[in-house]
Amino acid sequence: MTNKVELEIKGLNFYYSGDIHALKNINLTIHNKSVTALIGPSGCGKTTLLRCFNRMHDLYPKHRYEGEILFQDGNLLANGNDLIKLRSRIGMVFQRPTPFPMSIFDNVAYGLRLKGIKKKSDLAERVEKALKHAALWDEVKNKLTASAYDLSGGQQQRLVIARALAVEPEVLLFDEPTSALDPISTSKIEDLVMQLKKDITIIIVTHNMQQAARISDWTGFLMLGELIEFGTTERIFTAPSEKLTEDYVTGRFG
Amino acid sequence: MAIFDEELVRLNGLVLQMGSLVEMAIKNSVQSIVERDNELARKVIDGDHQVNTLDIEIDEESIRLIALRQPKAGDLRLITTAMKITADLERMGDLAVNIAQRAIELNKEPVLKEYIDIPRMREIAQGMTRDALDAFVKRDMKLAKDVIMRDDEIDDLKHKILSELLFLMTENSSIICRAMRVTFVAQYLERIADHATNMAEMVLYLIEGKIIRHTSKLP
Repeated sequence: MTNKVELEIKGLNFYYSGDIHALKNINLTIHNKSVTALIGPSGCGKTTLLRCFNRMHDLYPKHRYEGEILFQDGNLLANGNDLIKLRSRIGMVFQRPTPFPMSIFDNVAYGLRLKGIKKKSDLAERVEKALKHAALWDEVKNKLTASAYDLSGGQQQRLVIARALAVEPEVLLFDEPTSALDPISTSKIEDLVMQLKKDITIIIVTHNMQQAARISDWTGFLMLGELIEFGTTERIFTAPSEKLTEDYVTGRFG
Repeated sequence: MAIFDEELVRLNGLVLQMGSLVEMAIKNSVQSIVERDNELARKVIDGDHQVNTLDIEIDEESIRLIALRQPKAGDLRLITTAMKITADLERMGDLAVNIAQRAIELNKEPVLKEYIDIPRMREIAQGMTRDALDAFVKRDMKLAKDVIMRDDEIDDLKHKILSELLFLMTENSSIICRAMRVTFVAQYLERIADHATNMAEMVLYLIEGKIIRHTSKLP
């Protein structure tokens, strides 16, 4: 866990089409090579916030951002950014595994090919590296040509993480990555997240507070589109400053 | 009330129950010296198993709540505070037993001198214990800090007693045995006050979330 800043969110407001004000003046610092968890009740805006970081909202028209998200000195919300490039630098892993209907190897090589890497030995090397990084290599090294659908849910989720890692992102966004997985697969993903923070910055949205407590260094609590409290995970779960945070983390909400 | 809240209220109640037993044991143990009451001393000694039973019950309940409820924030601080406070209370109960044992020994011999400072120490130590428990129940910062401040008073009294007894012993070697026993009692009461101070420090942690032990300043 370092104190170097990876992302600086300044006065961020987000409106869904129809002027639905989903994020209200969010100010937040994401620290480099650490795990930041975003928690809060359904509809609080945590996933909306996560999707701002790699401009996922741009896939739908009429959504609107205000404010800034500074990433390596540039505002990633600025017009004219190359979003394909941005999304390879800030990757995303979703709730349900989303392998492509192709082989294990091709899934991981997909983004690399998009980036123009064609040489077979380069591809093989980087696919292996990514699969090792995602702690999946030993389980799939003898069946790289098998369909990704032959893998279990937990393996598929790690395959998707390998696919995101292959393009060497600086930040990985996880949107409830274990909510569809059994406890063993969940603990493998959690271990993986904690391993990955050595190299990259991770932001995770989770409904599972135990998970946030287990794997994150920083925790932000959101409610009704506002960031109620942000601090080290240890402090948020032992001595939060805000009554709302206390009520939420102790399960006395509402 | 949610089931978990009821469980926390129950845990709170167990700590108080243990606390009041210990407070009574402190009172009775010193009274058994002052009034030369062997029966009361034996009551303190025999009653300690109730304190020990509660100590175990509170630990087991706390561990169960941590494992099954995964407490957070204020709930987590309450449970960890309960566990630490009971460890102190259990030791205080043992010290009251030690005082009662010294009482039975002292009661076999003639009165050494009129007890003035020992009851005074008892009053302070018992008051600190009661107030630490009160501060725990009421989440009272001010009262907890007040308990911590009183620890110096009891240390001063102990030193006063020790130097007086030392003087008496050098004058008259036939009282050494009795004087040593009274010295022990002063020492036990001082230890009881230390444990009450620990409890008050844990109450500050419960309220504030800051651990102030082994630091010189109060928050």
